[in-house]
Amino acid sequence: MEATTVNASATFEGGVHPSGNKELSAHKPTVPAAIPKRAVIPLSQHIGAPCKPLAVIGQEVKKGEKIGETGGFVSAPVHASISGKVTAIGAFPHSMGSDLPAIVIESDGKDEWVAGLKETVDYNVLSPDELKKMVSDAGIVGMGGATFPTHVKLSPPKEKPIDVVILNGAECEPYLTSDHRLMVEKPKEIVEGLRILMRILGVKKGHIGIEANKPDAIEALKKTVAGASDIEVWPVKVKYPQGAEKMLIKAIANRTVPAGGLPMDCGVVVQNVGTAAAIYDAVRFGRPLIERYVTVTGRGVKEPKNFLARIGTPFSQLIEEAGGLTEDAAKVIAGGPMMGMSQFSLDVPVIKGTSGILVLPQAEVSTKSYGPCIRCARCIDACPMMLQPSLLGLFIEKGHYEDAKDYNLMDCFECGSCTFVCPANRPMVQWVKRAKRELAKKKN
Amino acid sequence: MEATPKEQTKEQPKLIVSIGPHVRTDESTAKIMWTVNGALLPAALMSIYYFGLPAVMVLAVCIFTAMITEAAIQKMLKKEIAVADGSAFLTGLLIAMNCPANIPLHIPAIGTFVAIGITKQLFGGLGYNVFNPALIGRALILISFPKAMTTFTHPVANIMAFDAKTMATPLTVLKEDGVAKLLELYPNIYQNLLLGNRAGSLGETATIALLLGAAFLMIKRYITWHIPIPFILTVAAATWMFGGKEGLFTGDALFHVMAGGLVLGAFYMATDYVTGPSVRSAQIVFGIACGILTVLIRLKGGYPEGVMFAILIMNCFAPLLDRGMRSKVFGKAEAKGVKK
Repeated sequence: MEATTVNASATFEGGVHPSGNKELSAHKPTVPAAIPKRAVIPLSQHIGAPCKPLAVIGQEVKKGEKIGETGGFVSAPVHASISGKVTAIGAFPHSMGSDLPAIVIESDGKDEWVAGLKETVDYNVLSPDELKKMVSDAGIVGMGGATFPTHVKLSPPKEKPIDVVILNGAECEPYLTSDHRLMVEKPKEIVEGLRILMRILGVKKGHIGIEANKPDAIEALKKTVAGASDIEVWPVKVKYPQGAEKMLIKAIANRTVPAGGLPMDCGVVVQNVGTAAAIYDAVRFGRPLIERYVTVTGRGVKEPKNFLARIGTPFSQLIEEAGGLTEDAAKVIAGGPMMGMSQFSLDVPVIKGTSGILVLPQAEVSTKSYGPCIRCARCIDACPMMLQPSLLGLFIEKGHYEDAKDYNLMDCFECGSCTFVCPANRPMVQWVKRAKRELAKKKN
Repeated sequence: MEATPKEQTKEQPKLIVSIGPHVRTDESTAKIMWTVNGALLPAALMSIYYFGLPAVMVLAVCIFTAMITEAAIQKMLKKEIAVADGSAFLTGLLIAMNCPANIPLHIPAIGTFVAIGITKQLFGGLGYNVFNPALIGRALILISFPKAMTTFTHPVANIMAFDAKTMATPLTVLKEDGVAKLLELYPNIYQNLLLGNRAGSLGETATIALLLGAAFLMIKRYITWHIPIPFILTVAAATWMFGGKEGLFTGDALFHVMAGGLVLGAFYMATDYVTGPSVRSAQIVFGIACGILTVLIRLKGGYPEGVMFAILIMNCFAPLLDRGMRSKVFGKAEAKGVKK
């Protein structure tokens, strides 16, 4: 495998260099996964209010039919990803950690689209508000993993004008290659999606940031925008967490999102490349978000692959399609190894934010206990937010949550760089999560 | 919402569940400590070359005492026995490096016992001590056994150097007898300082070996320039300015940098993670302050050498420096102008 990168200097301060391990799947073209016999569609696939179920048990539904209505403004509807019959509505294992409400559809094998999907050949005839409504109706959320409802990001308050749109194709999480494959295979869809985003926000200039270790993706997108002056493709330095919104904005627009603020506070909207492609599908073909690219990888599966999988497909099915688990498979992670969540059940379904399923073998899973902090400052150098993770850890370990807050606990976005570099193996991210939870409890 | 009985599709494999990140560097506390021990090896070997078996015995006694004390106290406190992490070995090694070769062996043993037992373990063990254990150990025996700790011998380069003649260190000669006497006792002064061919503590003599190890540690990024370089540059600048007998700017900076325990102290003791600041900017201030204190003691104080006390004094201020010079959080400055 050629280890090629292009030159890139755009980046941020801090960060770490975990082994990429992308060669396991980076050059494997995406294949459609089998249509699941039984799709489990969670009513909560986004940050914000869960959906209210629209379907009832026994109802026949078609592919693309809305089965969950938004629970508020910060919410996104869910749609049937296969055609068939609703057989259950209840709590099912969810990749975010606990059992959550979901609608179960048994496939009728026909895979028929719902009637009335509206195609739009020229989206420039539509107003920004009409386009935004299409995005919102299609149930589109941030597909990089954060799953923030996209239409909310596209509705900045008047006093926060947006002048920069950035598509995030950094994919800085080790192992994952779903965005990479999407950029290589569907560059036109991504670029058109970006243009729709720019039209909605009234922005003249769009940017696409891609880590320099994906030269084929960079080239595909550069070729697609060749001759056009409205979009620029940026190779950015290979460094984790380059794909974190704030770090990407720093690298490309050289703007700093204020602490505690959002990208819109510095005039920027960032969307994942997958989200842009989904927006294109929604506007051009009227199709809601019912499938996505998913990388199934790691040395704990026999044949790492990239899939185009329906929402609701159980992890177990995709793992089987990737040759199954190896004998020594020990940990299954939804997402990448840095910020992904390890799973206790393979029944969990793919949701809109599932960028990958990573299976680590026993040998790569550390079960070492942690030792005392030796104050080596590696975490301070690594923290992209310029925090002092070592001190946060010492405070939280002893239950001093308020002190941790004084040391800017709330600015931590849990990228895991500190924990990755810690020679004493201290679980800083786990502690930060605990402190945030405890402080929230106190507030209520 | 209707509750549905949960169906198990298949027997689930046994999976490990934990909070991420799920990958880690292969760095560990033990690896760091043993690497620092390794970096000190060339200097230790040079001391054995110059001072012979007496040096070996001091090294052995200190390292042995350190490890035994650590293990015994950890056992008494029902803690995990962590002698294998190399940190006690390092403390023992450093104390040995700070002793003259022909010292009665109970003295370094006492120093090491205090260093590990009191300075380190009674304060909570690795990571929690306020002062550099090796330096407290050395300070204690220097004050308690001033004669033995300042009686140095000729570097005879003979393995059986038990009855080597005593000789004053270059810094002592300079302080008490002046430059003329120094050059008479130590011809080719710079070359001998560089190679370690002079009287002094075991580990402070061979400047070249210490620099070699330090360069290795810096390349591996086990230590950074932020403390040692400002420390040494400050000593060089201040001794050049104020160290001369013929007025300002006549001091011999190079001599002062190589003559005492500065290179050992700056690269191997002031850089101790636990007892120094961890914010990079605070480390620079820490280094400069160590340099100023060292020169003050050397030129104005009662002792010929000041590195040890300088570092110990600055150890007290490390947490304060860290607190006062907290790094600027990403976006904090911008946050002030934004209405929420």
